[in-house]
Amino acid sequence: MLPLVATQALEVIPAMTNRIRVLIAKPGLDGHDRGAKVIARALRDAGMEVIYTGLRQTPEMIAEAALQEDADLVGLSILSGAHMTLVPRVLQQMRQQGLAEIPLVVGGIIPPDDAVALKALGVAEVFGPGTPTTEVIAFVQRAAGARP
Amino acid sequence: MAETAEGKARWEATTLKKALDRYPERQGAFETTSGIPVERLYTPAEGAPDYADGLGYPGEPPYTRGIQPTMYRGRLWTMRQYAGYATAQESNQRYKYLLEQGQTGLSVAFDLPTQLGYDADHPLAEGEVGKVGVSISSLEDMETLFAGIPLERVSTSMTINAPAAVLLAMYVAVARKQGTDPAKLRGTIQNDVLKEYVARGTYIYPPQPSMRLITDILTYCKDHLPHWNAISISGYHIREAGATAVQEVAFTLANAIAYVQAAMGAGLDVDEFSGQLSFFFSAHNNLLEEVAKFRAARRLWSRLVSQRFHARDPRSGQLRFHTQTAGSTLTAQQPYNNVVRVALQALGAVLGGTQSLHTNSLDEALALPSEEAVRLALRTQQIIAHESGVAEIVDPLGGSYAVEALTDEIERRAVGYLDQIDELGGALRAIELGYIQREIQESAYRYQREVETGARTVVGVNEFASEESQAPATLRLDPQLQQAQTERVRALKARRDAAEVAQSLSRLEAAARGSENLMPAILACVEGYVTLGEICDRLRLVFGEHKEAYAL
Repeated sequence: MLPLVATQALEVIPAMTNRIRVLIAKPGLDGHDRGAKVIARALRDAGMEVIYTGLRQTPEMIAEAALQEDADLVGLSILSGAHMTLVPRVLQQMRQQGLAEIPLVVGGIIPPDDAVALKALGVAEVFGPGTPTTEVIAFVQRAAGARP
Repeated sequence: MAETAEGKARWEATTLKKALDRYPERQGAFETTSGIPVERLYTPAEGAPDYADGLGYPGEPPYTRGIQPTMYRGRLWTMRQYAGYATAQESNQRYKYLLEQGQTGLSVAFDLPTQLGYDADHPLAEGEVGKVGVSISSLEDMETLFAGIPLERVSTSMTINAPAAVLLAMYVAVARKQGTDPAKLRGTIQNDVLKEYVARGTYIYPPQPSMRLITDILTYCKDHLPHWNAISISGYHIREAGATAVQEVAFTLANAIAYVQAAMGAGLDVDEFSGQLSFFFSAHNNLLEEVAKFRAARRLWSRLVSQRFHARDPRSGQLRFHTQTAGSTLTAQQPYNNVVRVALQALGAVLGGTQSLHTNSLDEALALPSEEAVRLALRTQQIIAHESGVAEIVDPLGGSYAVEALTDEIERRAVGYLDQIDELGGALRAIELGYIQREIQESAYRYQREVETGARTVVGVNEFASEESQAPATLRLDPQLQQAQTERVRALKARRDAAEVAQSLSRLEAAARGSENLMPAILACVEGYVTLGEICDRLRLVFGEHKEAYAL
């Protein structure tokens, strides 16, 4: 049988590092995780510490993981079209956990109008298909680095 | 052949050398999208397989040239656009529209709650109802979905895996209500849960009970639905998750081997059920590699079925497959370029001998496809079928030195993977060990790196980018539909006889705890309007749920 591990840091890092910690999460029921995994790997290769939650995370689980993992930034990947329901809830849960200052980034299939709406709600950036990982890395470094 | 090799050596030393001295080639070396090195020129020295063993004739083993003797001269492939959204009523209208437009088979897309065995009123369904497909919570929804569509006359493919038994039971129940003998039903359920663990993510139960559900369905179909494809073993999602063409063939056939072994372990005879196995592949941009891939898969499967499973009937080794163009190759940038990509991919599928085809819509990297975009995608198939001429000749690229060399190479590399998976203990074990997942992730990451370093060109993305955005109009769903669907399923639940529902579910649970075939108990539930969520929850209680282990 498969080992029952839901959340697992991608590598073991000694405590007290200054490396940026990023939580990558798949909210909702969407199973398309190629993008989430490629981004996780690229951020890790860029020297960050990346925690990938795996599939089917509720907004509550994501905010809780962000808190527990002391994330500097949270990235959501959604390709199922449920972003206008799920993303505002993740924002709300993060605020309730006192994580309002943690930038939230969304990637996936997000129509342009929805991207504008999500940013108005407080999403730091929306990345569509074809975005170079270098662009994502640069953004994360800026956004997470600017954190107090 | 020695003569050709000599001739090629002479040409390389003289004519070619002179040209290269003056005009070097664009790159030092060339390779396919999957990383197979390709030669400048193929001659009989590299690309002439033994005709009788390697190619044969269409309709005869090893089926390299196609599974039917006349291929598309007899009947064109089934044009089957994957569709479904919002409610059963709206999807029903889209199906009728597609049939009016000349589509020849239906392909049902279910929303994620349905694919994961949750009713529309489940808390986890929120925001997902009707998004990537139609929401089906009960037989009532299924009746609406196929209202006015005579099931006797259409073939229907349903992309449903973990709860495949339930949706199949609903389809049978609708047919009975329409007065159609289920034995006449034609269609496919995907029912391929192994690839869900590695690539698509809509698993519910752990592998062992999932394999049992699959063999129960195979047995039921063999006895009651003889024209139904009880499983569609899918490389499509494996490819979409990042695998190469070789990995797509290898991992799909490795899963197929696992299913055949499970069915034989349950006492089925390979010659009896193999006619109900079908396959599903992706079509990517690299035209010649893709054509070679389909041909290699066909030959390899034929050889596996006769050599490994000792099928007596040669037709048992026929690899029948559906193809979909590759959604992951579509770009949000310059979306109209996607029309061209889809046309090339669809051409590859047809040259590769597909039995049915879905062409993606140009707007799929932006949103769910609009009706206009779906129509253009269907027209693309019709142009290939009726204007390009490629349907008039069986396996028209057969005998091309390049295509034959690539076919051999893909088969050889796929066999290498199969050997490795055998060594690990088979597909199920390889999945449990995370081997297949890691292989796919490696390929996905390598591809991304190649695009970013510019080693691989994606037009409109890392080259030939332009500022102007020409976003097509995309489909918008009614935000109220979830509410309506939730109310519908709640009203149904309130209407039923609670004692009857409880009794059907108890019978199902007893069957699940024992070893009898689950299909009759599921069918009884469905016909009593027990909902999808209720049935799947009861099975969750018995089987437990699968949890993925992540290792990147």
